[in-house]
Amino acid sequence: MARILIVAEHDGSALNPSTSKCVSCAAAIDGVEIDVVVLGASVADIANQCAAIDGVSRVRTIERPENEHPIAAVQAPQVAAICDDYSHVLGPSTTFGRDLMPHVAALLGVNQVSDIMSVEGPQTFKRPVYAGNAIVTVEAPDDAKLVATVRIASWPAAAGGNAAPVEAVTVDTAVPSHTQYIGLEATASDRPDLQTAARVVAGGRAFGSAEKFELLYELADVLGAGVGATRAAVDAGYCPNDMQVGQTGKIIAPELYVAIGISGAIQHMTGIKDAGTIVAINKDEDALIFEAADIGLVADLFDALPELIEALR
Amino acid sequence: MEKIIVGIKRVVDYNVRVRVRSDGSGVETDGVKMSINPFDEIALEEALRIKEAGKASEVIAVSIGTPEAQQQLRTGLAMGADRAILVTVDGTVDPLSIARVFKVLAEKEGAGLVLLGKQAIDGDHSQVPQMLAALWGRPQATFASGMSIDGSKARVQREVDAGIETVEVELPAVISVDLRLNEPRYVKLPDIMKAKKKPLEEISIADLGIEAGPVVTEGSYASPEGRQRGVRVDDVSALVNLLNEKGLV
Ligand SMILES: Cc1cc2nc3c(=O)[nH]c(=O)nc-3n(C[C@H](O)[C@H](O)[C@H](O)COP(=O)(O)OP(=O)(O)OC[C@H]3O[C@@H](n4cnc5c(N)ncnc54)[C@H](O)[C@@H]3O)c2cc1C
Ligand SMILES: Nc1ncnc2c1ncn2[C@@H]1O[C@H](COP(=O)(O)O)[C@@H](O)[C@H]1O
Repeated sequence: MARILIVAEHDGSALNPSTSKCVSCAAAIDGVEIDVVVLGASVADIANQCAAIDGVSRVRTIERPENEHPIAAVQAPQVAAICDDYSHVLGPSTTFGRDLMPHVAALLGVNQVSDIMSVEGPQTFKRPVYAGNAIVTVEAPDDAKLVATVRIASWPAAAGGNAAPVEAVTVDTAVPSHTQYIGLEATASDRPDLQTAARVVAGGRAFGSAEKFELLYELADVLGAGVGATRAAVDAGYCPNDMQVGQTGKIIAPELYVAIGISGAIQHMTGIKDAGTIVAINKDEDALIFEAADIGLVADLFDALPELIEALR
Repeated sequence: MEKIIVGIKRVVDYNVRVRVRSDGSGVETDGVKMSINPFDEIALEEALRIKEAGKASEVIAVSIGTPEAQQQLRTGLAMGADRAILVTVDGTVDPLSIARVFKVLAEKEGAGLVLLGKQAIDGDHSQVPQMLAALWGRPQATFASGMSIDGSKARVQREVDAGIETVEVELPAVISVDLRLNEPRYVKLPDIMKAKKKPLEEISIADLGIEAGPVVTEGSYASPEGRQRGVRVDDVSALVNLLNEKGLV
C-alpha cells in the first residue's frame, strides 16, 4: 500500500482548497498514510488547516524564511529531501503545483504523471491529453517513486473535522539564492474564487470592451457567481489574465457555467468539461458552444443580459 | 549573453480536431497538419527580439523528434533562428529525457538562456522546463507573459492563478513562456529560401549519451465522454424558468 506525501498550497494565510482535493485523490490511491507537508516562513495556521482535513495522518512543516514565497528552485530540494519515506508525492495541478512538482520529480530522477483525473490502480491513472480531446491511461513503474499532479477539477474536496498531529521537520538542504521574488499583482475582488465557485459566469470577445464587460460583473453579483473569460477577452484587455478559463487558463467544475458571447473553441471547452450545467448565450445559432451546452439561447447578449439580470434580481 | 537555445516541438496543429484512433493506440496523425507547438513559436519570437535588441548573439532552435521535425526547424530558421539542431529519436521520448538533452546542449553551447514553451499541446505535460532547471541547477521562471533582460539578470512576469507574479532570476536561466508574451512574426517567402542554407545539424539521442527512463508508459487512448445534447430556449424568461426548475438559481 501507498505512503503518500502531499505538498500543501497556500498564500501564507489561507490554505488553498486544492490541497484537500489532492487528499481525495490520495485516498483513492489507497494511501495507508497520507501526510501533508507545509513549506512557509510562518506555518502554524496553515498547518492547523491541513490537520483538519479528513484522511490526513500527519502534517509536517518546514519553516524557513526562504520559504516565504513559493519559489520552485528553493522549495523542490526541501521536498525531495523528505521523500524517502514515501511511495507517492502529489501536488495540485494549479500554477503552484505545475511549477514545483516537475522540479521535484527531476531531482528524484523520475518522470511525472501530470493531471491525474482518475485512479485505476496504485501506479495506474487516467489523464487528459490534446487539450482534453483524448484521455490516456498511463502506468508508472513500480520500482520508482511516483511524482504526480492532481487535476483538481476532477476531485471533490475532502471533508473536514480531523485533528491530525503536526510535527516540525528540520531540513538543512542548501537552497539557491539565484531567484528573487519581487511581487504579486493580484486582482482584488469580493466575488467567489473562480476555481471553487459553485456558479461561474463567463464572457468572450463579443463584449467588445472593458466597459461593456461590466455587465457580466452585474450578472455575477446577482447570482453570487465567480467570473471567467476566454483568452480572446483577456487578450483584448477586457479583464485580467487570472480570469481565463481553458487549456492554458483555469480548469474549473462549477455546478452552473453561463457562457456569454463565447464561440466554444476546444481550448476553452477543455476548461469546463466537468461543469454541471452549461448555459450558452450566443447570437450565432451555429456556434460550437451549443454542441456542449445543456441550455442554449440564441440571442444578442446586449439584449439578453440586461433582461436576465433584471429577471434574477 | 552569447546564445539562446529555443525548444521547437513538432505537434498536431492546434486547429485540428484531434480524433482518437479506433483501436485506442493513440490519436490520428495520418494526413493531419503538423506545426510548431504554439508556445514554442512564442519562445522563438522572444529569443529573436532579444537578439535584435543586441542582447544575444545567436539563437539556436532545438527539436527532439523524428526526422520529420526538420520541417518545423526549417520554419524556425525562416523566422530567424541562426541554426538548428535535431536530436533524433525513434518514437516518442519522456519529458525527463528531453530535459536531459536540453541540459547537455545548454552546457555544450554555454547558453545564457533556454526559452521553452510552458507546455506542449499534445502531451500537455508542462514538465520539461522545470525539469531542465532542476537538472541544470539554474533558475526557472515558468508561464512568462512579460520579460526583460538587464545584464546578467532577467525580470519575468509570470501568469499565476492569483494574478501576475514578478521574479528576478540570474542568468543562465530557463524561462517557459505563456501565450500573452508576444505575437510571433509571419514568415516571408524570401526567408524560407534563405533558411534552406542555414545549418541544421542532426545527432541521435544515444550519441548524446542519454538513455530514457524511468518511463511512464502509455496504455490505451479513449475519447472523452461527450455531453448529452441540450435544449434550446426561446427567450430569457424560458431560460430563467428552466434554471429555477433545476434549482440552479
Ligand atoms: C495554444 C492555445 C491555447 C489556448 N488556450 C485558451 C484558453 O485557455 N482559454 C480560451 O478561452 N481560449 C484559449 N485559446 C484561444 C481559443 O482558440 C479561442 O480563440 C478563444 O477561446 C475564442 O474566444 P471567444 O469565444 O471569446 O471569441 P470568438 O471565437 O471570437 O467568439 C465570439 C463569439 O461571440 C459571439 N457573439 C458576437 N457578438 C455577440 C453578441 N452581441 N451577442 C451574443 N453573441 C455574440 C459570436 O457569435 C462568437 O461565437 C487558446 C488558443 C491556443 C492556440
Ligand atoms: N521533443 C521536444 N523537442 C523540442 N522541445 C521540446 C520537446 N518536448 C518538449 N519541449 C519543450 O518543452 C516545452 C514543454 O513541454 P512539455 O513539458 O512536454 O509540456 C515545450 O513547449 C518545448 O519548448
